[in-house]
Amino acid sequence: MVVESALLSDKHIDRLFHALADATRRDIVARLLEREQSVSTLAAHYSMSFAAVQKHVAVLEKASLVGKVKRGREQIVHADPATLRRATRLLTAWEGVWAERVARMDEILAEPPTDH
Amino acid sequence: MPVISSEKNPEQLSLTLVAEFPVEVGRVWRLWSDPRQLERWWGPPTWPASFERHDFVVGGAASYRMTGPDGDTAPGWWRFTAIDEPSSLEFENGFADQSGEPDPTMPITRMVVTIEAVDGGTRMTTVSHFASLEQLDRLVAMGMEEGLRGAAGQIDALLAA
Repeated sequence: MVVESALLSDKHIDRLFHALADATRRDIVARLLEREQSVSTLAAHYSMSFAAVQKHVAVLEKASLVGKVKRGREQIVHADPATLRRATRLLTAWEGVWAERVARMDEILAEPPTDH
Repeated sequence: MPVISSEKNPEQLSLTLVAEFPVEVGRVWRLWSDPRQLERWWGPPTWPASFERHDFVVGGAASYRMTGPDGDTAPGWWRFTAIDEPSSLEFENGFADQSGEPDPTMPITRMVVTIEAVDGGTRMTTVSHFASLEQLDRLVAMGMEEGLRGAAGQIDALLAA
């Protein structure tokens, strides 16, 4: 995992950070994980303009979180699972840290109660 | 196993972990409020933590030091942002330099803990929030390094036996 992290350049990490720091962009990614859709379908979910949604999609695209293909006159956007898998993998490692902490808590709680 | 569920949320960069213990709420609360209990579970056995300070009030800080098998220390800090005894607490957790001052270049994790009574015991829910993928990456890399050093220490002990 340490080796893999070296493959992501600082610039790429900055882009990821920037892309995921915005609530609308996180919401867009969540919707795209359910199914790919056109920019106009996406835009219908938000009160902002089509152009504003398009801008958000462009930021996500730069961070490799989503990809875009032209289909007829529409642009279809899909989530890029590789980057999200990477986030999931890191969260899994963190989950291990806490699972071990909880196991230690359980051992302490199994001891007879003390007075203090 | 006391962990009953966990949920990873890669878009929000958060992890939710739910555990249940067959004891009353007050005892689970004390795992957090009493630094002598806290230091028994916070660090891994190869990197035990000792809490030098534990100001368990809103706005208060805790400071601790984890010591590795080769004598290296990893100092860290907490800042309590909300405490509602005995049902919830929130704090930030970061790293410190060797003098104990918070290191602003290191990742900060935001933790929300809820503790509630359920049938037959107590449910504890912890949510870890990460500011960025980069921070999470660093945390995991450091954790792995500690784990590996710990494993190396155990091998040394076996060879010496």
